Amino acid sequence: MSDTEHHIVSYRTYGLILLLLLTLTATSVAVTQIQLTRWSMAVALLLAATKSTFVLAIFMHLRYDQRMFRVMALLIFLLLGVVMFVTFLDYAFR
Amino acid sequence: MKFRSSIKQPISLTKPRTMSEPTVHHNQHRDDLGSKLGMWLFIFTELLLFGGLFIVYAVYRYKNSQAFHLAAQELDVTIGTINTVILLISSMTIAMSTTAIQKKDKRTTLLLIGTTLFLAVVFLVNKYFEWSGKIGHGLFPGSLVLEDLGQGDVLFFGLYFFMTGLHALHIIVGMVLLGFGFVRVWKDRLTFDNFQLLENGGLYWHLVDIIWIFLFPLFYLIT
Repeated sequence: MSDTEHHIVSYRTYGLILLLLLTLTATSVAVTQIQLTRWSMAVALLLAATKSTFVLAIFMHLRYDQRMFRVMALLIFLLLGVVMFVTFLDYAFR
Repeated sequence: MKFRSSIKQPISLTKPRTMSEPTVHHNQHRDDLGSKLGMWLFIFTELLLFGGLFIVYAVYRYKNSQAFHLAAQELDVTIGTINTVILLISSMTIAMSTTAIQKKDKRTTLLLIGTTLFLAVVFLVNKYFEWSGKIGHGLFPGSLVLEDLGQGDVLFFGLYFFMTGLHALHIIVGMVLLGFGFVRVWKDRLTFDNFQLLENGGLYWHLVDIIWIFLFPLFYLIT
């Protein structure tokens, strides 16, 4: 039963998410074009992370799917984060 | 009698246990959840592949920050922004197609997949003009112009062509996958209760979108 059960996401939800994603894109373009150097880089990456979270949660249905998918996705991003962190530890302090 | 004797198991076991079971799909062996899980596992390997490349980018940027800063200014923010908007819209249309197919609206489903494919072509055309411009200015891996500019620029444009090229290859693969989806919806082989192939194609398309969401600021915005 639960295998084939699907949550039907409304067109409106998808439309609103697109508007949000476009707004975040416009913000990241504005922030980086004004030249704030050190902060603009962090803000642009933070906005990119926010955008992909919305894509993962709504467009890719992670919010509506079984918890297993959310846990696995989280672990993969955690793994990537750890590998990035360790790589930079190596390069920054060698 | 001869036929029965060749079968080891009693005949009754191969028959449906109860007659009250739904008979619509009883001869189809589908596992939608398994199919989706397989797609996600594949997506994770793709994330690790591009994740590795992002680490390479980050380390080289860290070691050649001045050259990367100057080289990134060569990229056109406008064309990058347009391609971002195109991919975001196409991600929405393909997400909507799974809603349409569940609402048994075949026409809208086909229209939405078609729109996604059209937007993918527009993205690739933009990419073609962008790459042609760079190559026209002598900015391509192995060019003499780039060698004169120094190691930092060689690394930046090497990564730019490799990462956006690999991404464009994923766009093409995604188009093939969604093309299969389009044909199968057209021929009624994918329907409201059997659309996992379309959803998997959509998942792949969103992955391509997510990769671009990170490529865009790293190459075009952060100078």
